[in-house]
Amino acid sequence: MIIKGGIVYDPANGIFGEEMDICIESGRIAEDARGEVIDASGLLVMPGGVDAHSHIAGPKLNTGRIMRPDDSRIGTEPRTRVCRPSTGYTVPNCYAIGYRYARLGYTTAFEAATPIIEARHTHEELEEIPIVDKGALTLFGSNWTVMECVRDNDLGRLAAYVAWGLRAARGYGVKIVNPGGGEAWGFGSNVKSVHDPVPHFDVTPAQIIRALAEVNERLRLPHSIHLHFNNLGRPGNYTTAIETLELLKDIKPSRMRQVVHVAHMQFSAYGGTTWKDFESKASAIADYFNQTNHATMDLGQIIFGPATTMTADAPLEYANARIGHQKWSNHDIELEESSGVVPWVYMRKMPVNAVQWAIGLELALLTRDPWKVVMTTDHPNGGPFVNYPEIISLLMSREKREEEMKTLHEMVRSRSTLPSIEREMDWSEIVIMTRAAPARILGLEDKGHLGIGADADVSIYDIKPEEIDPSKDHAKVKAGLSRAKYTIKGGVVVVRDGEIVAAPQGRTYWVDAAVPESDMDRMLSSLKEKFERYYSIRMSNYMVQDAYISNPFVVRAGVQPLKEVI
Amino acid sequence: MEIEDVLCTFCGCLCDDIRVEVKEGRIEKVRGACRLGSSKIMGHNRIKSPMIRVNGTLKETSYEDAYRKAAEILVSAKHPLLYGWASTTCEALKKGILLAEEIGGVVDTTATVCHGPSIIGIEEKGLVGSTLGQIKNRADLIVFWGCNPSEAHPRHTLRYSSNACGRFTPDGRKGRKVLVIDVRETRTARNADRFLRIQPGTDYEIISALRMIIGGKAESLPENIAGVSRKELIEIAEMMKSAKFGAIFFGLGLTHSRGRYKNVDNALSLVSELNSHTKFVIMAMRGHYNVTGVGQVLAWSSGYPMAVDYARGAPYYNPGETSCCDLLSRRDVDAALIIASDPASNLPRGCVEALAEMPVIQIDPFENPTTLFADVVIPSAIAGIEAEGTAYRMDGLSLRLRKLVDTEHPSDVEILQAILDNVRRLRDDN
Repeated sequence: MIIKGGIVYDPANGIFGEEMDICIESGRIAEDARGEVIDASGLLVMPGGVDAHSHIAGPKLNTGRIMRPDDSRIGTEPRTRVCRPSTGYTVPNCYAIGYRYARLGYTTAFEAATPIIEARHTHEELEEIPIVDKGALTLFGSNWTVMECVRDNDLGRLAAYVAWGLRAARGYGVKIVNPGGGEAWGFGSNVKSVHDPVPHFDVTPAQIIRALAEVNERLRLPHSIHLHFNNLGRPGNYTTAIETLELLKDIKPSRMRQVVHVAHMQFSAYGGTTWKDFESKASAIADYFNQTNHATMDLGQIIFGPATTMTADAPLEYANARIGHQKWSNHDIELEESSGVVPWVYMRKMPVNAVQWAIGLELALLTRDPWKVVMTTDHPNGGPFVNYPEIISLLMSREKREEEMKTLHEMVRSRSTLPSIEREMDWSEIVIMTRAAPARILGLEDKGHLGIGADADVSIYDIKPEEIDPSKDHAKVKAGLSRAKYTIKGGVVVVRDGEIVAAPQGRTYWVDAAVPESDMDRMLSSLKEKFERYYSIRMSNYMVQDAYISNPFVVRAGVQPLKEVI
Repeated sequence: MEIEDVLCTFCGCLCDDIRVEVKEGRIEKVRGACRLGSSKIMGHNRIKSPMIRVNGTLKETSYEDAYRKAAEILVSAKHPLLYGWASTTCEALKKGILLAEEIGGVVDTTATVCHGPSIIGIEEKGLVGSTLGQIKNRADLIVFWGCNPSEAHPRHTLRYSSNACGRFTPDGRKGRKVLVIDVRETRTARNADRFLRIQPGTDYEIISALRMIIGGKAESLPENIAGVSRKELIEIAEMMKSAKFGAIFFGLGLTHSRGRYKNVDNALSLVSELNSHTKFVIMAMRGHYNVTGVGQVLAWSSGYPMAVDYARGAPYYNPGETSCCDLLSRRDVDAALIIASDPASNLPRGCVEALAEMPVIQIDPFENPTTLFADVVIPSAIAGIEAEGTAYRMDGLSLRLRKLVDTEHPSDVEILQAILDNVRRLRDDN
């Protein structure tokens, strides 16, 4: 296949809007190729989109679907010759997730949080999501075994447990959510700062985070630790964010990437002491990111309208349910985590929501290096991912931001710096934030760029970058990005003119990390006791079986040199 | 040969610590299961061969003929019902959903006649729950409301709830309080520290009174609430508030008495409000071993957990309209595929009569009253004994069922795939 005459943006390879042909052979980008010719003359061409933080599969998704039949009724699309039926807006069914990502030109999406014991369910849903490549991050932040290893200062045993846990969950990386808080929630409390000890375990969140970060590097995992801060969603929490990032400053990365990826930064960039004096501290956070190099973030931009909040931060969901007078689901997970789901609506005239909206945009615009920032909505917490084109058009156009602010509560002007920000992003910066950076941050070497040998994931939009001025023509930008002209996934055309024309099964990435046998033996003997005494299932029924991943892509890591095999 | 850590495919406890002795391809002995589970695993009354009804009598036939006949019934139906699913694997239901999409049928599950009201309650209020292990490790108060695990879920109390030992509950039953609320003194009630006997159909009033007491409005209550004294309810509310971790398990006593989903809605609200005082969770005592999984698979495939109608090409859900009893009593379906369930014994009489009048395909390892009027009977491998697959425990935890012995019968997945292939062939011919 040859894509002819497109205006190509491939910033990872130093290509910033050049007219060139892209050749595809056997599912990869090649020097030359034969076969189908796609005429992309003058059109915007870039690598397929990569979502590094999205909630797309697993028990909390299904909890959202079951408690929200009202949401499933939105977005209903009947079955076609190619597609299974779609339902839902904030909690779409599995098929809709795959089709909608593909229509946006996205070809990869990672589920951001799965408890090990419930990973089988997550993989059952991932298997049902068509087209996109995917993976799932594994939760370790309130896990009994993790906390005991940290308390005993036994990083060898901790590394063995992380490697074992990733294998058991067929997980891709280490996710930490409100560390220690999930355990405290087991008796209805929470941890209040990174130095607040976790009840019954004699460790602090700071110790958990640091130990997991060190072990993450010891295991040379492709992705860094992926962190949802303590105190997320609370006024004044930007100090917790900076305090936590300071903890990790001296840790050496084992690969060419960050040491910590911060999830949905918007929810942790709050000033003030209560919701009354709530204000944006995005500039303080952006300053920190501008001065340091060990951290990256994704936005967690909010979108006005309905959302469904879902997180392993169960105390936060309890607070959400109380504030919003909303229905509330909670799910505690034995020995490992807790979690919650609460429906939500972000309103333009609500002061807090208006400022939250500004914070996401401020973070993106005030952080100078786009390689440090991934565009997300923390789907469906800030709003559904189908709104990504809206965010891109906001980042590219000050005029659009001004128009939007006129419809919002006036506090957006007094409590954030957004009105004074002049920056308008260009296509290269957008491609970095939606493709190149998330791929590099996740450690996906063959994604996010169009170099020879890369996965042939390409998106082509009905936008002519040489004729259009995104600053003025933001409506055209949004419309063009919402329906890809072509999405090519692994060399197969899956979207043509905004319609799904093929729905192949994507791959599931997981990490198999090797550790010294003696550490593993030590870890397993204490773990076996946990299964005998505390878990409600047997150890032999715990691990996700191979049957649940039909198309695996195993990334090898661990103490041995890195080697990747299919 | 002894196979360890086998999953028991009887009730929603989905115990996964059973030992099964297999000798020469036959199950010889079951260790560690309750009586209900043992009897299921040992097996009984298998249907030996596929059958088709000819002139009123079932005649043995080949699998191929049975698949073809089943496909003919489904293709010529205007609005077929695909019902059951609770005692087979998630993989079977996935095939069933695909089949329903292709023929414009309705997928409904046995949940609509047991915990369907619970699901509607959850749609109203959400579910404040946990895994069973969390309760085992932490709960110091267990409430059984309108359920009787001693007889319906025999190992529940020892493995997961009132009698289980865990990290913060090392003394098991001795360290816990057990409260039973029911309309009669069950065996479960005899194990309780406190038994509150209530009048049938008064659950809603009792829950409302407890909510008022917990909300600080006790003085507004009358002396006597639906036959229970205010004083007694104040004591019970105090018991709940003073627990470190409380758990309510509820059964069909809530969902099938006056008030139905409103009872559950009210109980869910009670638990939600108790969390302002202490830690509390609630869980439905699900019956069939995979009835939870059926809801999960349907939810991620269609957005809805039961009663999904594909006649419009996209999922449509409206319990009370698209649930099996409503469809049957309105004669709004004209053929039925019944799998891994026995509606003849469990649906209201009018619905069974409607079923008997229409062409019925039955897929099941065992003969049951539904067989008496089925027109095509297809015997299947027993999931979890003769076929692998996934099932979800009552707390939503997914587990993989093992295959213990070989069988000559195809699995539910294979049968549904074969019917789907036949449906597609018939369609192409037309």
